[in-house]
Amino acid sequence: MMQDAMVDEWYPVGLFSQLDVNGRKTALMGEPIEVALDAEDRAKVTCGDGRTLPVCVRYGHVWSSLGKPQKDLFAIPEADQPGRRLVDVGVIRVRCSPLRAVENFLDIAHFPFVHTDILGAEPHTEVEDYKVEIRQQEDEVWATQVKFYQPKAAKSASGGITTEYMYRVPAPTCSVLYKTCPPRPCEWDVITLFVQPLAEDLCDVWPWMALFDDVTPMTDLIHFQQTIFLQDRSILENQIPRLLPLDPGMEIPTRADLTSVAYRRWLKRHNYTYGAQLVAQ
Amino acid sequence: MKLYDYVLSPSCYKVRLMAALAGVKLEIRPVDFHPGAEHRGTELLALNPAGSIPILEEGDLILTESAAMLAYLAAKAAPEWLGSGAPEEAARIQQWLSFAHRLTASLGGARLHEMLLRPGDIGALQAQGIAALRELEAGLVEQGLRGMRFLASDQPTVADIACFPYVALAPDGGIPLDPYPAIRLWSRAIRGLDNFIEMPGIHRLHELRPEPHVEPGEV
Ligand SMILES: N[C@H](CCC(=O)N[C@@H](CS)C(=O)NCC(=O)O)C(=O)O
Ligand SMILES: [Fe+2]
Repeated sequence: MMQDAMVDEWYPVGLFSQLDVNGRKTALMGEPIEVALDAEDRAKVTCGDGRTLPVCVRYGHVWSSLGKPQKDLFAIPEADQPGRRLVDVGVIRVRCSPLRAVENFLDIAHFPFVHTDILGAEPHTEVEDYKVEIRQQEDEVWATQVKFYQPKAAKSASGGITTEYMYRVPAPTCSVLYKTCPPRPCEWDVITLFVQPLAEDLCDVWPWMALFDDVTPMTDLIHFQQTIFLQDRSILENQIPRLLPLDPGMEIPTRADLTSVAYRRWLKRHNYTYGAQLVAQ
Repeated sequence: MKLYDYVLSPSCYKVRLMAALAGVKLEIRPVDFHPGAEHRGTELLALNPAGSIPILEEGDLILTESAAMLAYLAAKAAPEWLGSGAPEEAARIQQWLSFAHRLTASLGGARLHEMLLRPGDIGALQAQGIAALRELEAGLVEQGLRGMRFLASDQPTVADIACFPYVALAPDGGIPLDPYPAIRLWSRAIRGLDNFIEMPGIHRLHELRPEPHVEPGEV
């Protein structure tokens, strides 16, 4: 499967704050790799075949690639904005396709059913119209003007509010979401899902956040996000087929899935198919 | 009453669940178990040298075993959860409270390995987990023959709360519950209790769809 264009992309392979000289053995797209600190306290990633792989450290994580990345890692300008709390949520392993993990993250229709009383609640299950586009210049998938009623949108939210979201897919296994920030209405909270593809049906998920919230203790912020992601995990592990179908017609989209349709189309256009199912089987 | 707690910990959830069922309010002190490993830091090791959570603190009482916490909560606020005191029932309660450690080690170990990348022999953990589930299934079937829905009695006791969380979360460790009909019925009975609370991976019972309405004389 290595002819895939995904080989040349960046992937998260660990939390920088947890690296040490002993290294961490993990995998990237089926290849064993080791992530360690070198003598100068810089992150170093070595492939099982002895190659030293490209490295960058950004958004709390170490990023690497089995191939030759053509571009720098995507930018999240908000990450450098003063006053934000940067939250390393930690790894959670999921037995699912890395692409499915991202697709689920993009889908708001599941909120009332999977994240009941936190990110959604019955009977508020309606997804209003929103905008989806593949931005040509940035080469990213964007969904904007997504509005949804939420009983407890964030740790800093005290009651139910209608939250506005923007979703962004800047890399095949990464998604960045922007959502209404209860304490600062003119800013967006940033919540990301960085997915490390271990195999086509196995991934390590590294959620990360950059929030305006001076009140909530760090541990509570971590636990809030872990709770939500764990609710997704049990759904993700039971999806069939395990790989993400990229051929149209295999799963019938509804309005809520427009982002998912754009994501799949964008993946296919780029030949990003690691974790995808191409022909109906 | 202060609980050192981690939202994703089944052992901590035992205590939260028992407190909710007994109507006791807990003061929650979140512990950064993952990724921070705060339970192995100096502050918590001073409270519990075993380096595990939950820890329950009230005055100078410090408990580090969830079974003791369940007994304490029940004795304080809901003594019916300690059983009737009949010798056989009391023995069964103790039997399952001790058995719960095997669930923690096997099913809990498999879950930590599969979910939070804890090192371990996953094949062995899953095999031990399945052996424990079979034993629990057999125990529940025998209770059913005695006309009892719960592990030690026809009423739920602390023994049920001690065993329920790791069993319900077995699929997180790659162990499906489909082969165990008695366990699934028991799990429904627990999830249907008044004041039951959820944790990620364990859902409350809700009747999403109304019963189909059949007119008399139809069919
Ligand atoms: N003392 C046992 C410990 C329960 C237990 O194993 N807790 C796990 C969290 S769910 C733990 O703290 N493990 C320590 C570790 O894995 O480092 C109890 O209260 O039932
Ligand atoms: Fe979700």
